[in-house]
Amino acid sequence: MLRKLFKFHGGVKPQTNKEQSTTAPIAPVPLPDRLVIPLHQSVGGPPRPQVQPGDRVFKGQRIGAADGNLSSAVHASTSGIVRDVVPAVMPHTSGLTTLSVVIEPDGEDRWGELDRINVRAATPDELRDYLRDAGVVGLGGAVFPSHLKLKPGKEGSLDTLVINGAECEPFITCDDMLMRERATDMLKGISAMRHMLQARDVLIGIEDNKPEALAAVQAAITASGEKGIEAIAIPTRYPAGGAKQLIRVLTGIEVPHGRRSTDFGVQCFNVGTAYSIHEALEHGRPLVSRLVTVAGNVNAPRNYEVLIGTPMDHVVRLAGAHPDTDRYIMGGPMMGVRMPAFDVPVVKATNCILVGSPALFPPPPPEMPCIRCGECAKACPADLAPFEMYWFSRARNFGKTQEYHLFDCIECGCCSFVCPSHIPLVDYFRFSKSEIWAREREKEAADTARERFEFKNLRQEREKQEKAEKLAAKAAATREKVAGETATPAAATAAKPSGDDAKRALIEAAMEKARQQKAQAAPKNVDVTSPDVQAEMAAIDARRRAAEPPTEPPPPAGQA
Amino acid sequence: MINSPYIRKPASVQSVMLQVLLALVPGIAAYVWFFGAGILVQLAIASAAALAGEAAMLAIRGKPKALFLTDLSAIVTAWLIALTFPPIVPWWLTVTGTLLAVVIVKQLYGGLGQNPFNPAMAAFCLMIVAYPALMSQWPAAGQLDFKTQLDLIFGGARQVDAITGATPLDALRTALRSAASADSELHGLRASQLMDGPAFGALGGKGGEWVALAYLLGGLWLIQRRIITWHIPAAFCGALFLTAGLLWSVRPDSFGSPLFHLASGGAMLGAFFILTDPVSGATTARGKLLFAAGAAVLTYVIRAFGAYPDGIAFATLLMNILVPIIDMKTQAPVFGHKKD
Repeated sequence: MLRKLFKFHGGVKPQTNKEQSTTAPIAPVPLPDRLVIPLHQSVGGPPRPQVQPGDRVFKGQRIGAADGNLSSAVHASTSGIVRDVVPAVMPHTSGLTTLSVVIEPDGEDRWGELDRINVRAATPDELRDYLRDAGVVGLGGAVFPSHLKLKPGKEGSLDTLVINGAECEPFITCDDMLMRERATDMLKGISAMRHMLQARDVLIGIEDNKPEALAAVQAAITASGEKGIEAIAIPTRYPAGGAKQLIRVLTGIEVPHGRRSTDFGVQCFNVGTAYSIHEALEHGRPLVSRLVTVAGNVNAPRNYEVLIGTPMDHVVRLAGAHPDTDRYIMGGPMMGVRMPAFDVPVVKATNCILVGSPALFPPPPPEMPCIRCGECAKACPADLAPFEMYWFSRARNFGKTQEYHLFDCIECGCCSFVCPSHIPLVDYFRFSKSEIWAREREKEAADTARERFEFKNLRQEREKQEKAEKLAAKAAATREKVAGETATPAAATAAKPSGDDAKRALIEAAMEKARQQKAQAAPKNVDVTSPDVQAEMAAIDARRRAAEPPTEPPPPAGQA
Repeated sequence: MINSPYIRKPASVQSVMLQVLLALVPGIAAYVWFFGAGILVQLAIASAAALAGEAAMLAIRGKPKALFLTDLSAIVTAWLIALTFPPIVPWWLTVTGTLLAVVIVKQLYGGLGQNPFNPAMAAFCLMIVAYPALMSQWPAAGQLDFKTQLDLIFGGARQVDAITGATPLDALRTALRSAASADSELHGLRASQLMDGPAFGALGGKGGEWVALAYLLGGLWLIQRRIITWHIPAAFCGALFLTAGLLWSVRPDSFGSPLFHLASGGAMLGAFFILTDPVSGATTARGKLLFAAGAAVLTYVIRAFGAYPDGIAFATLLMNILVPIIDMKTQAPVFGHKKD
């Protein structure tokens, strides 16, 4: 049966460079001397450390517990001794550090007692909690906690579960090899997800440059006998593996920025995530390793099963990096991030270690002015006009960038890829986004400060008022006492209500004063910020009110 | 510090401009074939002037010379000037026009990518206003040999009226006007009869129609190379055809046929090479259609009712003014925000 596929606008066709790393099967990696496992590896709150230096841990032991529901647990990838719980450089361009657990392997790689779950008997909520504690996150690169995405929408069921095996980034083949070698287990994971989501159909999208993977998945589907699951070849065009683009290609649905795909009856998971879910539910094994492609400037590009926390250079050594290597890139050449050092650890987000050299990834030619040729707009999969946003970004006219839908930009890099003037367009958009975020933070801080200030005023007024009341009451009591001593009882009863009146008048006067002071206090507070910043804050406020539908923040688009 | 993406398509401004120049070659070849090699001299003069003007301005502005002189954008402007000016204008007129285009219309506005007006067309308008006689004298096909052309370009003495005529567009309009007046010898003749003269070919001007066809070929190649999109040429040709066709179908004896308009003057050059200048033109799909259709209507109005031989240059500038608002109002809906 031929399924009708849909097109997304734009996209590019860079050289795929995938053949090199698919000739050999997935290989294991010998245990390194040291594992450095960052606690914060997923979107959401950083997990709380559960171990201390000197502790003995077994493979799969939880070393970081999920901090609330928007978080995901982290586990020891092998058995050994915790040497330290310290901030260590994380695999991010910034070179910043993050709290990490340093484990010295004991060489036995021994699993401990595993926390099992009965998939058939457990309720969906129990399964979700279990997956959270098993540290299962999206392995396509977005590392969004999977348990949060395994909830059907408001209707309680889903039309289509989209499984992302597109893997559109050049060089990366870990999903390809996973589908070739582990299709059956992956399919079991998909079935579990389908059950949790109450999904009617399952569509597995695979770019047509991976015929072996497609055949393997189709064979597994046939063997399983499960109905309503289909593996579909989609045209090879970057970024077909972007969650939104893949959903569009397979279902025709466009999920707008700021909306959840479940509102449209669709949810999307990466194939690697499906496999991890199977591992967790079926074998009780938390996410302690993942497939990583080592490609680029190496002798033998290949895929490895790598323990989380393994230093990157330990893995790259197996593939044999060429001597002119000058950088590691985590991810592919279109969206990957340059690593600050060679020994940063492999984390759950590491789908590929792309070994770079000046020859392989030469610096771009000198930047020329924009000639408005519109190539970037033709290539943009989000239908944006990058050259207009570029202009406004340069002018720091951030309001205008938002009018041109800056935040719909998925930073796929297509615009920079095609620009004949070699303008690093995505860099400009990253810059604009971070500037806008910074201003919003600034505004939030100012808001908080104002609220605190107002509260303080209010409290002081209240205290003053209470004091006045107390004094008034005391005075009244004294007067009463004096009157009682001097006047007749009849006069005393007559005097009493007049004392109440005086008290009420006092209170009212105090409250009126408080109101006036409050009215004066509010504008006074923003004096600390300059008028243009204030105007910007107001503009941000207005835009946010206009642009944001009143929904919770959606999970970020995964990129396979 | 270089961020992703780390790979880039091998594209450059230089290669874009080079392909535009290559696409002009068939038209230039046809030009030389029908009208003589004088145009090659004009192309060389304009190119030299453009590079000199660009170099001087880059030096004054403190911009990297090698980078911008080799981007070929000045050469594209120069060639469009040479191809839209009459081929026998004196050399100083070509030089002045080119310098105006490069120095004032392009560099003073900020150089490559910053000019709101099409430099070549701005130069054409300034020159035709300043030197209406010299800018309106076109030789007929095969009329002048190369030596005469060189004399006219570099020599002092000119008897232009004696040796050259107006463009077919101009000729037809003049003829139609005199045909309309009772005391003319042409009185009562129809457009088709007026077009029987030696200046006219099958569709447009003799020879000129073949040059137009060659431009069309070059332009189609540019579309195939994805340097330009179909929107501007299609909208321009379509709107020109419809506008001309409307008036022609009502009064065929008073107006040129739509095909005559498409094959004459700078229609093809304008549709594929001038209006498609990305810097000064509209950029959105709908905006391009509007921009080009507007230019076509204006071109027709100037041709049929105005005082100048061709209307492309003025139409282009007028539409250039509207580009910012056209672009702003024709932004396409983005992903996920399309109407269902």
